[in-house]
Amino acid sequence: MEKHVRVLVAKPGLDGHDRGAKVVARALRDAGFEVIYTGLRQTPEQIAEAALQEDVNVIALSLLSGAHNHLFPRIVELVHDKGMTDVLMIGGGVIPASDIPALKAAGIAEVFTPGTSTTSIIDYINAHVQ
Amino acid sequence: MNKESLKLKVTEYTAKVAKSSVKFPERTNLYYNRLYTPLDLEGMDYEKDLGLPGTYPFTRGVQPTMYRGRLWTMRMYAGFSTAEESNKRYRYLLSSGGTGLSCAFDLPTQIGYDSDDVISEGEVGKVGVAIDSLADMEILFDQIDLGKVSTSMTINAPASVLLAMYIAVAEKQGVGPEKLKGTIQNDILKEYAARGTYIFPPKPSMRLITNIFEYCAKNVPNWNTISISGYHIREAGSTAAQEIAFTIADGIAYCEAAIKAGLDVDDFAGRLSFFWNAHNNVLEEVAKFRASRRMWARIMKERFGAKNPKSWMLRVHTQTAGSTLTAQQPENNIVRVALQTAAAVMGGTQSLHTNSKDEAMALPSEASVRVALRTQQIVAYESGLADVVDPLAGSYYVEAMTNEIEAEALKYIQKIDDLGGAVAAIEEGYIQREIQDSAYKWQKDIESNERVIVGINKFQIEEKPLEGLLRVDASVGELQKKKLAKLRAERDNVTVNAALAKLEAACSDENVNVMPMIMEAVKTYATLGEICNVMRKVFGEYQAHATL
Repeated sequence: MEKHVRVLVAKPGLDGHDRGAKVVARALRDAGFEVIYTGLRQTPEQIAEAALQEDVNVIALSLLSGAHNHLFPRIVELVHDKGMTDVLMIGGGVIPASDIPALKAAGIAEVFTPGTSTTSIIDYINAHVQ
Repeated sequence: MNKESLKLKVTEYTAKVAKSSVKFPERTNLYYNRLYTPLDLEGMDYEKDLGLPGTYPFTRGVQPTMYRGRLWTMRMYAGFSTAEESNKRYRYLLSSGGTGLSCAFDLPTQIGYDSDDVISEGEVGKVGVAIDSLADMEILFDQIDLGKVSTSMTINAPASVLLAMYIAVAEKQGVGPEKLKGTIQNDILKEYAARGTYIFPPKPSMRLITNIFEYCAKNVPNWNTISISGYHIREAGSTAAQEIAFTIADGIAYCEAAIKAGLDVDDFAGRLSFFWNAHNNVLEEVAKFRASRRMWARIMKERFGAKNPKSWMLRVHTQTAGSTLTAQQPENNIVRVALQTAAAVMGGTQSLHTNSKDEAMALPSEASVRVALRTQQIVAYESGLADVVDPLAGSYYVEAMTNEIEAEALKYIQKIDDLGGAVAAIEEGYIQREIQDSAYKWQKDIESNERVIVGINKFQIEEKPLEGLLRVDASVGELQKKKLAKLRAERDNVTVNAALAKLEAACSDENVNVMPMIMEAVKTYATLGEICNVMRKVFGEYQAHATL
């Protein structure tokens, strides 16, 4: 049976590069997920709150500004604080490979770096969403 | 040439090759297995449509001798971490043959926040240098003679403040503002549409921009007051025709705003500049550059009635397309950048930034930025491309493509005019949707293998991640916080507050030019955040709606 998947695509911090987030959001929508795109300049608090309000299964964070080591774990923390422990959290953007292990340890299930296809993201969500 | 006979031959040829199985994505009207002949240039008038370089309509270039007289400025965009670190990089680039400076600021600086603001956490010094006050600016240009070097600053919403700081630093060096050469990007419309570092709503933002036009016309006459940008629109996913159409539409909006504010077009138009992308398709890019010059010349002369030939000239800085560079097999990026450089040079750019091979992963390391600079130098000195003005003029393909891109771009500009201009088109979301649609198509074409990206969907290898990447860590944020605390403790806070109060009053009166008050505030060592907060208080903040 098809899962009813709701995805929050979010842009944390001051980064204004939204081409990737919008392309991913649209591809996820075309694949049959319900997608909410937050737009730019989201604080960790706003993202966690939006995730709760929209009752999502997946939070997809997009960041190209280098602030991921600070912002991603903070968002995971706030999401867990709100009792959302089953939400699949993924990230993407300009994130050096050497930073990924720490992000995974902090609760980001997978990080999708430049060159990733939207199909692989869709497949990943289908395989791992709860 | 027997026209009828040639027509027949071309028709036969086209029918024969239509059976070719190679498919090319992207251009709807021009098929790549098509051949271009004199038939494609019918109706063209050399004097009217091309002219000589340096004469209206400037299709062939804005200067008569172009690179035979002077090479394009090799202006490498740089900046990261602290002013001290960035200063080192600027001096390295100048000593390596760079001929102009280009400042990258971090996101808190670009969005008018001090390094110790809560919202700046994790962002300080990451995508550019952190500038919190005039004190940082003084360090940034240490040992650099602002009377001798020209500087471009990629700063938009708070451009007035950074310009004021630059003028103040120069003053301390004994260089008067009338001698200063450089550019501030100062192009807020594309921030709303494609780049995202806006602060205030459109109306007060346009006021700040026209204040700068007016101030510089009087005080900083050799300064480019704006860099009307298509680079970012292209990076966001637009096509070549959309890139110049949306940018020129923005340019039209700036001219209209300045004229409405009481300026004469010839007072400011000569100091408008542009910023194009140099993308992968070499010949299409050359055509794009040429089309853009002809379009702008005609718009300035016919639509705005500008009389000074300087007002008709589209002078442009170019950057090679960052979004085309891959994290996979990064050495390939050096090749991409070389081709994009060739396009920009044959296109007639006035200055150029070339990206480094590590573009997809980090800011450039010293070693990789050197190769990027060498790329320009090799094209300049070894390739012969700089030795002839507008070398591709007369090519059946390039002239036909120039005409086609111009026609397509003019259609978009008409559509934007019908919507009420660029500001209205952006508020309605039209420009954003067009860009997004093009971006989505590009990705779909890659994933269906209609568009090949070497190393991504063809010729992939197993590889280890690139090492030696430049890293900016959190200690920069801590350092800047300490500097700020020290600054606030040591400066005369009475004069700071008096200057900020004066600025607030000036901002509240639409008829006042705020630049002198910003200059004064900057010299008291009021911080960027403090100055921008005053402006936030009076102007409000832009509320973006996410269009998907």
